[in-house]
Amino acid sequence: MSATYDVARVREDFPILQRRLAGDLPLVYLDSANTSQKPRQVVDAIDAHYLAHNANVARAMHQLGAEASEAFELGRTKVAGFIGASRREEVVFTKNASEAINLVARVLGDAGAVGPGDEIVISQMEHHSNIVPWQLLAERTGATLRWFGITPEGRLDLEDDPITERTKIVAVTWVSNMLGTINPVAEVVARAKAVGAYTLIDASQAVPQIPVDVAALGADFVAFTGHKMVGPTGIGVLHGRYDLLASLPPFLGGGEMIETVTMERSTFAPPPARFEAGTPPIAQSVGLGAAVDYLTALGMENVAAHEQAITAYALERLVEIDGLTVVGPKEAVDRGGAISFTLDGVHPHDVAQLLDSKGVAVRAGHHCAKPAHAHFGVQSTTRASFYLYTTEAEIDALVDSIWHTKKYFGA
Amino acid sequence: MTNSANSDAMNVDSLYQEIILDHYKHPHGAGLRDGGDAEVHHVNPTCGDEITLRVHLDGDVVRDVSYDAEGCSISQASASVMNELVVGHSVADGFATLDAFQALMQGKGQVEPDEDVLEDGIAFAGVAQFPARVKCALLSWMAFKDAATQATGAQAAGKDAS
Repeated sequence: MSATYDVARVREDFPILQRRLAGDLPLVYLDSANTSQKPRQVVDAIDAHYLAHNANVARAMHQLGAEASEAFELGRTKVAGFIGASRREEVVFTKNASEAINLVARVLGDAGAVGPGDEIVISQMEHHSNIVPWQLLAERTGATLRWFGITPEGRLDLEDDPITERTKIVAVTWVSNMLGTINPVAEVVARAKAVGAYTLIDASQAVPQIPVDVAALGADFVAFTGHKMVGPTGIGVLHGRYDLLASLPPFLGGGEMIETVTMERSTFAPPPARFEAGTPPIAQSVGLGAAVDYLTALGMENVAAHEQAITAYALERLVEIDGLTVVGPKEAVDRGGAISFTLDGVHPHDVAQLLDSKGVAVRAGHHCAKPAHAHFGVQSTTRASFYLYTTEAEIDALVDSIWHTKKYFGA
Repeated sequence: MTNSANSDAMNVDSLYQEIILDHYKHPHGAGLRDGGDAEVHHVNPTCGDEITLRVHLDGDVVRDVSYDAEGCSISQASASVMNELVVGHSVADGFATLDAFQALMQGKGQVEPDEDVLEDGIAFAGVAQFPARVKCALLSWMAFKDAATQATGAQAAGKDAS
């Protein structure tokens, strides 16, 4: 861990982490892959915006309108810089990552990018949000869905490659929200490009915890969400190559996305406005901008190093528990800070309930990744996920609570 | 198991009553049996719990409810108690018991359960205080309601035809 990275200092920025739960137990928040907590800096920025600068954007001619428009667009500029976009107009704001992926699936379909006989390639470890939009696109167009499998260790199976000359779109996750695996997405993008396929990377779990450079990655589209990266809910990001975005038809129709409208027809604004119909997430852009500033000040290399260290510690402690099986890579190599596991004789919901009774917040269920669970022959798992404020003491609390759970259920 | 940690958040012991854990470990009537007048498959989409359930009628009496359930202790124990409470009774009585159980589950802890009606089901009173777990307790009951409604409907249609 970097000497400049001080977890105790970081935690002071997150008032919620000081909360005591029922029974005067300290909160141990291990559900950051679900949503991260928010630092005071982000909440203050949103507060200040609403209390002093609130107005609608792009259309109000008054001073507040100008301030709000500037603040909204500044959020875009900050996000573009944070992910290494070539230009700020490549950042499209959506309501979340799911909407960003649906946007791409919809407009590629409308643009005639796939048809009968064509193939769309995803993987078996995708979140439902990177499965269902492609299933729907395949149904609409007559295309066929194919996928990369998962190795026994929980890695993307690159040996059995479904990408062929028929492949028109490849959409794969960067970091699995369930297995924690960090995938070799540059390799997948290269293989997709070799056959001329469009590429989308679901970076929802990647942008929060590892340095991301979209220009270096070279994917056509990258999708992620604000609320997992210490930003607010209600804002997601689609990064798209500008020339490609400019060639695609609109997604939702409405205000702000037009150039001109007559009763017969409309023409459309250039990107990103073309894909942002209606009043956009204004305060959320301000909050996301503050989140990006916060992460930049910490340094994403430091955040990634902390994530790696805390994950390694957690894996080491969890494997001590007999009857506990980690579903996903058991070594902290190319691995993000989400650990899903099963506990012999105790259902994941019961594990989560008992952990909650000790103040430890985890997620139990299928984590919106039912096919990945099915691949490992489990219906559900318990998932502990870590972030830039997670301490080793919290991992110890998790481990102690799991032992307590085993005892409680006689497992 | 230990039931001593009463300082636990949301007092988890009120959820995991001894009766519930007993039913979980030794479920009543578990397994799918041949025959049956209707079969349903219910899923709890938020957590993935599943049940396949068959209702076996004898006239208007529930002769058997057989089921294959995958889920947490609450959902498994609830299926076991449901089986105990409805088998051997008329469908109408089964539905009345279901109504009482549902009222208890959705009563946010304000409903006093009637032990004469709900028997072991009163152990689920604590579940009502854990909103996230109410759906676990109701899964098997809703599957029963669906299957019994289909089975009696099929029976009525059969009678009409004959």
